[in-house]
Amino acid sequence: MPQADRLWRWASWFTAGLVLAPLGMISLSWTELNPETWAHLNQTLLPTLLRNTILLIGGVGIGVSLLGVALAWLTSLCEFPGRRWLSWGLMLPFALPAYVLAFVFLGLFDFSGPVQQGLRTLFSLPDNWSFEARHPLGVILVMTLVLYPYVYMLTRTAFMAQGRSTFDAARSLGLSTWASFWRVSLPLARPAMIAGLSLALMEALADFGTVSVFNFDTFTTAIYKAWFGLFDLHSAAQLASLLLLLVLLILWLEQYSRGRARITQPVKTPQERIRLRGLPCVLAVCCTWGVFALAFVLPMTQLLSWAWALRHELTADYLTLTNHTLVLGAFAAGLTLAGALVLALTRHHQNRTSIRISVQLSTLGYALPGSVLAVGVMLSLTWLDQRIADLMQSLTGTDPGLLLTGTLAALLIAYFIRFLAVAYGPVATNLQQLQPSLSEAARTLGAHTGIIVRRLYLPMLQPGLLTATLLVMVDVMKEMPATLLLRPFGWDTLAVRLYELTSEGEWERAALPALILVCTGLLPVLVLARSDPREQATHKL
Amino acid sequence: MYSLKRLFPYCLTLIFSVCYLAPALAATEEVVVYSARKAHLIAPLFDRYTQKTGVKVTLLTDKAGALVQRLLAEGKRTPADLLLTVDAGNLWQAAEQDVLATVDSKQLQQQVPIWLRDPDGRWYGLSKRARTIIYNTERVQPAEISTYADLAQPKWYGRLCLRTSKKVYNQSLVAMMIARYGETRTEDVVRGWVNNLAAAPFSNDTKAIQAVAAGQCDVAIVNTYYFGRLQRKQPDLPIALAWPNAASGGVHVNVSGGGVTRYAKHPQAALRLLEWLASEEAQGEFAELNLEYPVNPEVPAAKQVQAWGSFSEDPMNLSQAGRFQARAVRLMDRVGYR
Repeated sequence: MPQADRLWRWASWFTAGLVLAPLGMISLSWTELNPETWAHLNQTLLPTLLRNTILLIGGVGIGVSLLGVALAWLTSLCEFPGRRWLSWGLMLPFALPAYVLAFVFLGLFDFSGPVQQGLRTLFSLPDNWSFEARHPLGVILVMTLVLYPYVYMLTRTAFMAQGRSTFDAARSLGLSTWASFWRVSLPLARPAMIAGLSLALMEALADFGTVSVFNFDTFTTAIYKAWFGLFDLHSAAQLASLLLLLVLLILWLEQYSRGRARITQPVKTPQERIRLRGLPCVLAVCCTWGVFALAFVLPMTQLLSWAWALRHELTADYLTLTNHTLVLGAFAAGLTLAGALVLALTRHHQNRTSIRISVQLSTLGYALPGSVLAVGVMLSLTWLDQRIADLMQSLTGTDPGLLLTGTLAALLIAYFIRFLAVAYGPVATNLQQLQPSLSEAARTLGAHTGIIVRRLYLPMLQPGLLTATLLVMVDVMKEMPATLLLRPFGWDTLAVRLYELTSEGEWERAALPALILVCTGLLPVLVLARSDPREQATHKL
Repeated sequence: MYSLKRLFPYCLTLIFSVCYLAPALAATEEVVVYSARKAHLIAPLFDRYTQKTGVKVTLLTDKAGALVQRLLAEGKRTPADLLLTVDAGNLWQAAEQDVLATVDSKQLQQQVPIWLRDPDGRWYGLSKRARTIIYNTERVQPAEISTYADLAQPKWYGRLCLRTSKKVYNQSLVAMMIARYGETRTEDVVRGWVNNLAAAPFSNDTKAIQAVAAGQCDVAIVNTYYFGRLQRKQPDLPIALAWPNAASGGVHVNVSGGGVTRYAKHPQAALRLLEWLASEEAQGEFAELNLEYPVNPEVPAAKQVQAWGSFSEDPMNLSQAGRFQARAVRLMDRVGYR
């Protein structure tokens, strides 16, 4: 069906074009070089920044992989007390903005915090006894706790698709438990794990909020310094485009190392989980509940106690803010998911270079620091807007003003560009697990593309789509720079309120919007946890 | 055609929502404000202004750098009439990027002292924030504190706390020092500070103040209103403000302020709002919402703020803070002030 194929192709090129517009705007900065800024950064900051960035990426990479895979394995294939509840409870830390967790941790653990004060009194240590909480390990820990859900959620989907039979087969062929896991289960889940890992690393690379709470300088520090300190947006954009190049290189290396291997899974009926007993059971319980306590219960308790003290600030405003947050999250998730589906399906059916490249480019929006991308999107939208207005002015004689800038549509486009990668990861890895023979069979039976998508892919891709919806929706609700810059007048969200209070250093007052944001983020988690067909199926066993 | 029919309602909804949500054309008189000063510090005043005059004020908040970029991109078609931001460096930069119009207002010239506004009349300070020295009352005698530069002396070794150099308040402070003492001497002072640090620089002023209160260090350089907020919550902390440089230049003050945008749709209304914000009627509340000092000399500061004592302030024109900001940033990077 070449007609339909061409349509799909055009759709994915269009999507890639949409993402490329702001990236192109940012790359345009290379037309103007400011040697003074570059020489300065080179001489003073860059060596340290690069070292710190590598340290951060390495640490967070190891952290989220270990935590994400271990938790996913335990909750998807094993049975232990609290598993059912934790399997979605462990997604919750994702609803917490990373810099909020960072602040809560520092508040508790630094010199003037209750932990060190308590230790000094308890063991009558000298007044100046202390340990440095603002340590690189602290940043790595905080980021790991917030970002592991990417790996966890994607890998979990893969483990559940494997089911127990692959693992059992490996065991029955004489491999030990560990060997079965390392040599069979994990390699099968590798594409999903890598997809989650790359999302987590892209976010860590582009992060500015968390590292600045710790005053830990990374590559993004240089970007912000060039823009806000040296008033040199050009150099900032140049640095940002270098960051993009680095991400592209990493993604390419990963694909290269994966080679042409393709992993597909037969459709599974739900199976019983491995029931843990004795020491493994105790360890599993400690590990899972420990992570949950550290990443969610502890910060939430602190936020609750701050918010409770200022509960009189809970006004009807918050209803509007929550409403805006939810509407934006839902619309953006729908739009982004549709885009990701188009990309993933086109890639699945048409192995052309142009498609592979446009998919790769479409997922780059996530690798840029939020503020830089927001400015890129704003610049390309206003450019288009100005041309439209010029045209209408020359046709009608009256200036219509800017029609796109400052509308909801502009903001949604920005979310789409930023979070396409987040939606693409889960959908694409899910799609890779399906056997191509399925759609070939459907085609042989005379079904056209529309029917194949609706009756075959949408049902089969449900786990991936659910994960993607959840990730994008929560990410949009937490998103700040684009929301700030592109929201229509009056469209303040919870993240905007959170920004206004935290940037004034009013962390305790910020606890209230933060809590409401987390609770709003719980809504999609709850809805999706309930509607997950695999969970329901296993309950019946 | 089957699929087109099915899509039709969706298209209709999309078109409708775009039209509905496009910024409505103002029927009544309106001023659109882009503000880097946060909503909770400014919206109560705008509400009062609307009640009094019937002029609608529409507010959009973001960071200063992003707002200036948006003004530049929107150009002649910008909906914004007024730009409000914090820090003289940011105001200077907005003027430098040519997004602010020169306004000639007798009233503003009377209300805002000459060193707190742009010499070309493009921006005007609206509230003052003093960046001064805070000390631990149990470990430091107030007489020990003399100047910012003195904090670089060996006697403060291991006793100083600073906020990060990435914060614009510190960049402005160092820029004003460069304007006064020149780059070489300033570099020596800042190097001395870094050498005297008791802990790595903090991410915000409140953290630095808490470190002084907890005895991690003895002195720090902070904006007074952060101390004011903490004082309200914990009045018994062993900390107090000192006013340095009484005999040599005075305490470093910075401003929050604003200006009418170059392509304002309602320049007259915007100017009237700006004048009102600097007037005796609004200045008290404008400053008190954030425990700052009014710029208008006729208006006293809030009681809590007055209790911290009076000081002589640096009378050098604040546009220097913008002019020397990039040099200040590079200087601080050179001496390893993070």
